[in-house]
Amino acid sequence: MVRVAVLRFPGTNCDLEMAWAVERAGAEAEFVWHEDGGLAEYDAVIIPGGFTYGDYVRAGAIAARSPIMEEVREFAEEGRPVLGVCNGMQILAEAGLIPGTLTVNRGNRFICDWVHLRVERADTPFTGRYREGEVLRIPIAHAEGRYYAEDPDRVEDRVVFRFCGPNGEVDDRYNPNGSVRGITGVVNREGNVLGMMPHPERAAHRLQGSEDGLRLFQSLVEWCRG
Amino acid sequence: MVTVEVRVSLKPKALDPEGETVKRALHRLGYEEVSDVRTAKVYRIELDVDDEEEAVELVDEMCRRLLANPVVEDYEIEVVE
Repeated sequence: MVRVAVLRFPGTNCDLEMAWAVERAGAEAEFVWHEDGGLAEYDAVIIPGGFTYGDYVRAGAIAARSPIMEEVREFAEEGRPVLGVCNGMQILAEAGLIPGTLTVNRGNRFICDWVHLRVERADTPFTGRYREGEVLRIPIAHAEGRYYAEDPDRVEDRVVFRFCGPNGEVDDRYNPNGSVRGITGVVNREGNVLGMMPHPERAAHRLQGSEDGLRLFQSLVEWCRG
Repeated sequence: MVTVEVRVSLKPKALDPEGETVKRALHRLGYEEVSDVRTAKVYRIELDVDDEEEAVELVDEMCRRLLANPVVEDYEIEVVE
């Protein structure tokens, strides 16, 4: 059975639903406290959302520099999949495992809302069950989620998800936080580390309002099975 | 002991949503004169070293490793005591 580590830091709070979504996709999820480590035995690592260390300094900054992130780096260097959602994406960006940075939303507000996302890459371990150009409905919940890259051209081929309208239109009207080019999900060069601000685990059952996020976990589990 | 203050601020061209919000609030209070507001964060750090130069060097390293995000932020270091 595919085993997925769900990391916990002080202030992590999306861990339970993350594990639930992983299990719903047919894998086994185990919580790993950041001081414990031992990631080598898992097939994939997920850093869930929350407010690690109270978002002090910058969201994700302190967790990104904790010792377990060295293990995550080694895990990723071996080509195994690492997913960071919301605060998990902020941690990956702060750790330099994905390109770009996340900063305060345009509008200076915490935004909790349903958005549409366009799938830009279906060739990653996380998106094999999606079609390129497909539109998903998945919620966001963040205050520091505005994606920024000094040179957006250089990250263009790393973009996995982008904010869009219900028909896939990329337009400033559908950009809730001011992210550059609507970017809200990016991978590393190798494609095995994905950071995304939207919460697929909150859209993994029709009773949550959408099931569009479930296929992300199913893709991951399938990829791990080889 | 040396005490150092670090001031971390968004780069001049980076969007500062908190500054914008404060500017609007000041306008609402009647301060029409306010044309721009930029925010910054100040850390006051005490170090158990005797040499100021060494303190600044250490704090500079801390800024690069944790306190500032070089993509969007600038920092200034000042010895205060």
